[in-house]
Amino acid sequence: MDTVFGVPTQALLGQLLIGLINGSFYALLSLGLAVIFGLLNIINFAHGALYMMGAFCTYLLLNKLGLGYWWALLISPLVVGTIGMLIERLMLSRLYKLDHLYGLLLTFGLALVIQGLFRNEFGATGLPYAIPSQLQGARDLGFMFLPNYRAWVIVASLAVCVLTWLIIEKTKLGSYLRAATENPSLVQAFGINVPRMITLTYGFGVGLAAFAGVMAAPIYQVNPLMGADMIIVVFAVVVIGGMGSILGSILTGFGLGIIEGLTKVFYPEASNTVIFIIMAIVLLVKPAGLFGQR
Amino acid sequence: MHRVPIARIPIGVTAGQVAFGLMLLFFVVGPFVIYPVFLMKVMCFALFACAFNLLIGYGGLLSFGHAMFLGTAGYVSAHAAKSWGLTPELAILCGTGAAALLGAVTGTLAIRRRGIYFAMITLALAQMMYFLFLKTPFTGGEDGIQAVPRGHLFGLIDLSNVNAMYAVVLVIFLAGFLFIYRVIHSPFGRVLAAIREHEPRSTSLGYDTDRYKLLAFVLSAAISGLAGATKALVFQLASLTDVHWTMSGEVVLMALLGGLGTVFGPVVGAFIVVGMQNYLAHLGGWVTVVQGAIFVVCVLTFRRGIVGEVARAFRKSL
Repeated sequence: MDTVFGVPTQALLGQLLIGLINGSFYALLSLGLAVIFGLLNIINFAHGALYMMGAFCTYLLLNKLGLGYWWALLISPLVVGTIGMLIERLMLSRLYKLDHLYGLLLTFGLALVIQGLFRNEFGATGLPYAIPSQLQGARDLGFMFLPNYRAWVIVASLAVCVLTWLIIEKTKLGSYLRAATENPSLVQAFGINVPRMITLTYGFGVGLAAFAGVMAAPIYQVNPLMGADMIIVVFAVVVIGGMGSILGSILTGFGLGIIEGLTKVFYPEASNTVIFIIMAIVLLVKPAGLFGQR
Repeated sequence: MHRVPIARIPIGVTAGQVAFGLMLLFFVVGPFVIYPVFLMKVMCFALFACAFNLLIGYGGLLSFGHAMFLGTAGYVSAHAAKSWGLTPELAILCGTGAAALLGAVTGTLAIRRRGIYFAMITLALAQMMYFLFLKTPFTGGEDGIQAVPRGHLFGLIDLSNVNAMYAVVLVIFLAGFLFIYRVIHSPFGRVLAAIREHEPRSTSLGYDTDRYKLLAFVLSAAISGLAGATKALVFQLASLTDVHWTMSGEVVLMALLGGLGTVFGPVVGAFIVVGMQNYLAHLGGWVTVVQGAIFVVCVLTFRRGIVGEVARAFRKSL
């Protein structure tokens, strides 16, 4: 069994793996967008730029401070999350009473500023980042070679996604969050500090993006524009899944990554556009999105 | 409360007419003082921004993918003029028609969702068009369609003459501007504003809101296309820059900076943004940073935009 539908099995599995990797990033990013949107009613256009910042933070930690990948996995989300919380306190918090579109415009402007600054400082070419020594190499699964780092990315993202889902659905903190999403003023009346919760939620969503950025650093090169094209695809993912459900965001992210990977095998010309085409079909058939409520 | 008018204007002349007169004067006298090609660029983008503003300012629909109409029309008209050898007016018509058609298709999809989703959908569809144009052979990929002949208007007037070209662009810009003005102040425009303010109520009054939104979207797409087609002839070039998402962002910036929902705002915004690109070009990558910063400052401090604030100060509608 060397071929499937006339495609070599090796190539098929290889692309499937790449699809799963991309799917991991889509899932982490759309999860962050959904969590932020739930409470803040803002679509965070700066999400891609903050994902890129996570990758750069990783790069700088290694090259300026000599701190390796594992430290970066911890520090980068904290640093970028803190920056996110500052953005929320200083800027976004002034917009909550206005039309939600202003939040989109503001974060778009922020994305331009962040990407522009990094491009001026580091140029538009990618900077390499080595795979950590513990995860180098690959293992032979009998039917294909699985690079260890890629396996780690898929497992780690899945774990973080499931953990986030558990926190939101099963813990007390998560129940506050869900309640505040439904009716913030009522939750505030019960004595819960909703503004602080909003700040922390934004920081958390942004931290997820930075976490994705750290994991992306050894796979893609660290590039100031790495988040810009990514975020548009993630928007399409969000439209397809609908932002109503956390689990929905995760499933849609991974699912679309796999579909994109398979398209690369069977009809490579459409690999860049397939997610947008699926979005168009979903809009025609189920405008609220696959997991959307409205 | 008694208000003292700040500026007295002769009876029978509205502030809008004065502003229109000033704008007309500026674009007629302008080429004698400022580089005409720069002014033609300003007019193309001003028309583009006005078309965009028709949708957000009067229909409340924020499109983040308007570059697809500008770029598509540019490609189609450039191709029509270069490969089919059509006269400029027919080439522009082809481009505008293509943009309107694209507007009908993408609009049908996008108006199925509202608000933030609408913005994300238009952005995603525009990105899809970007990849399509990147791959399609007729667009010339990264090179674009270069050396597009300006040709002879109606087969008579040679447009390689800058003055002739300028006159044509001015006429197209004014026609587009006045058309949008007319649309805004027509019964259709009023219904559109009503839908923006309260969609369920408009539905309950018997208006088919989706049809109104779609028509507004197609009109906006067509006029954006008119701007893009004209721009392709002026610069004799159609390229990927015009379909990229940064272009969609720029037109949002123009309208926001000038004033969303004002008639003259997008023109002022386009002038500033294009001027900034031309005269700050030596700053390289900083232009993006400055543009982003303007976005942030606009949203945080003066959401009415320049013309919106002026209009408020003079208590006039501009």
